Amino acid sequence: MSGSGEREVAAILEECRVLVEDPTYPAVRRWREAHPGGKVLGHFQVYFPEEIPHAAGMLPVKIMGAGSTVQIRKADARIAAFVCSIIRSSLELALTGRLDFLSVFVTPPICDAARNACAVWVRNLPSLNSQVLYLPQNAASPHAAAYLRDEYRRIAGVVEEAVGRPITDDGLRRSIALYNENRRLLRDLYRVKRETPWLLSAVEAYTLVRAGGLMPREEHNVLLRRVLGLLPEREAKRQDKIRVVFEGGYCEQPPLDMLAVIQDACYIVDDDLLIGLRWLTGDVPTDGEPLASLARAYLDGSSYSPVQHDPRKPKPEMLLRRIRESHADAAIVAAPKMCEPGLEDQVNHIRALEAAGIPHLVLEFEEKMTVFEQMRMEVETFAESLLFDFA
Amino acid sequence: MTTKTPTIGSIRNESRRLLEQWWREMAAADHAGRPTAYVFVMGSLGELLRAFDLPVNCPEITSLQTAVRGASLQYLQAAEDSGYSPDICGYVKADVGLHLKDRQHPNGRIPKPALVIATNMCNTYVTWAEIWEQMYGCPVFVLDLPAWRGTRAGAGADGEALRNDRRYVEAQLRDLIALCEDLTGTAFDIDRLREAMAQVNRMAASYHAVLALNQHRPAPFSAIREGITFQGISNLYRGSPEGTRFFELAREEIQDRIRLGMGTLEEKYRLLLAGTTCYAALKRFAEMFEQWGGVFVHSTYMVFAGGGFAPGFAYDLARPIESLAETLLLSAWRGWSMPMFYAQDWLAETVREWSVDGICFHGVKSCRTTSTGLPDVREWLRTRCDIPGLFIQSDLVDPRLWSDAQLKNRIDAFIESLAGRRATAGR
Repeated sequence: MSGSGEREVAAILEECRVLVEDPTYPAVRRWREAHPGGKVLGHFQVYFPEEIPHAAGMLPVKIMGAGSTVQIRKADARIAAFVCSIIRSSLELALTGRLDFLSVFVTPPICDAARNACAVWVRNLPSLNSQVLYLPQNAASPHAAAYLRDEYRRIAGVVEEAVGRPITDDGLRRSIALYNENRRLLRDLYRVKRETPWLLSAVEAYTLVRAGGLMPREEHNVLLRRVLGLLPEREAKRQDKIRVVFEGGYCEQPPLDMLAVIQDACYIVDDDLLIGLRWLTGDVPTDGEPLASLARAYLDGSSYSPVQHDPRKPKPEMLLRRIRESHADAAIVAAPKMCEPGLEDQVNHIRALEAAGIPHLVLEFEEKMTVFEQMRMEVETFAESLLFDFA
Repeated sequence: MTTKTPTIGSIRNESRRLLEQWWREMAAADHAGRPTAYVFVMGSLGELLRAFDLPVNCPEITSLQTAVRGASLQYLQAAEDSGYSPDICGYVKADVGLHLKDRQHPNGRIPKPALVIATNMCNTYVTWAEIWEQMYGCPVFVLDLPAWRGTRAGAGADGEALRNDRRYVEAQLRDLIALCEDLTGTAFDIDRLREAMAQVNRMAASYHAVLALNQHRPAPFSAIREGITFQGISNLYRGSPEGTRFFELAREEIQDRIRLGMGTLEEKYRLLLAGTTCYAALKRFAEMFEQWGGVFVHSTYMVFAGGGFAPGFAYDLARPIESLAETLLLSAWRGWSMPMFYAQDWLAETVREWSVDGICFHGVKSCRTTSTGLPDVREWLRTRCDIPGLFIQSDLVDPRLWSDAQLKNRIDAFIESLAGRRATAGR
């Protein structure tokens, strides 16, 4: 790659890194300056159909905690001690005015803490319309799609009220097309991770993906297209690293430094990091009834996570499939501290990996952790032992 | 004129008999290899399962019983040794430990699950059910009960959104009926469902009357001692004539207690419990308040885990399945919003109606469903309604999380503050 190409990639990655690490949501504030009176909808993890607010001219933005960038003070007085960090830090952002640009906040009740947290938002932020989007847990039910279409229609009503105008089917179709493009580009990015992981580090890929939840998706598409165009020319040597799948990043996000520790010893060739942005695994049809298409895609054309029950997608088997399809040598099975669904799934995952004879390393993390020496030693020992076995 | 025989003692005797009978039925089902359904207390669907003669295991109850029997630690440790984190629900771990120990419980042996029904009333129900799914390969039916939706979504849900939810719940119930028919080989008999629902209507009326009797001063029963028994029977015997009879008997006994001037103790402070108690220290938890004359006259637990029996609960027996769907949905709305997530209004109203002096908010590490927002609700009620509240933390079943001296200090200080308020108000 030419020096200018490398500089351009580096500049894009730096821009993404700033977005990821700045708790003041700079891209959102820029968008509001460019769109006076523009409304913003925030949504908590894991999945939210951003096409709905986008079709109304709102800016959807993902609320996914604050890592170690914010000292949690106010939220600690509102929420019990044994609740995960992402619930607290997201509330801290709201209570300290860092999310004052939001008109609507939506929480899918992904876990018991998240469902409770919405009530805390309602009590403490009376001027914000805080809604629960109830996504089906009986996902294989033949009735779930009709229910979900109507639930999306309800959320569309909330959005229409916020912006003061109706959402049209044509507007939704245009938004679906835009997000289809985004999901295609993300699939391409993950293809690079699987096939040529030395061209893009785990931290680089992650910041590129995460930035999508923090900026207008039109801009994200431009940025992804540019990076994907430049990557094949990148000069990077393939290294002798084990190929791993990282599991455990569906909700609370591991610190960038933790991913850096892993990437020093391993290629992360697939993962569930921010799986909500990649939840829909194929294109959503742009003909027909748009909300029905989005509902069907959520149920029938989607990935998996600890917070959705679907007998068609047994999670341990889905993990084994992810490992197989990415030709990974091993798995890193992580879970955030105090994460009930993640920690419970972890045991089933470990059993399935043991039964399949797949080496794995179990890690626990917290978004705000800052010391990684112990983890570095564990990861290096794990990787070296496997390299020794493979030799 | 005949004098009615006082019924004092019948709650204790009859509840003991019913609990022992439940264990005998489970042991018999295990011995005979009869299909057993595993259900949870919030949305157990006991009335529907009775129409198929399916025995039920309530794992929340078997887990809490390990703690009451002082045996939970061995089960928790067995689960932790097999990989479960110290940071997850203790009920789940006590149950996993039970299965790892060949299903041998201090009260008997539980049968394997042939069917699991889990509602979304607690998300952990679903991941817990998936553990049995992995262990036994049994079918797991997750019943979605979409409920409270946030801003401006009070307990009085209505409109198109509620109609959508109701259609979905009813359709799922029809699927569950088909699944039960397949599993048991028994054709669904709507009259049997209707019969069980009629029993639930009677049980709900008596349950609600029992709770209301505790508005009397002094309180005729403790919401955390006998309250637990009431919750257990209401779940295990939902839809049965024996369950209905129990609550009629309970109502009579409590009326007798009032008539005879019997309170639970020398009542000085009337308290409300937000959350659950600690089963690993059930007696001690109560004693710490009772030594100061503090009696729990009500609890949120008796509402959200007490069969969903809100005031006015009544199935329409002319259209059983539709009514079951509607009532389950509305119970979920009430269960989530009123006493649990968005509890401030219900708590404030209960403080007024039950003449409560203060609220104990008990957060348990095991249960984020009941505990996550408790500090916030406490603060809300303190600052907006001048209702005193104590926030303490321990666990449901894990004795390692019970810190006696620390809890005693907090409770003593809280009671002193109530005394101070009373003295100030009396000046």
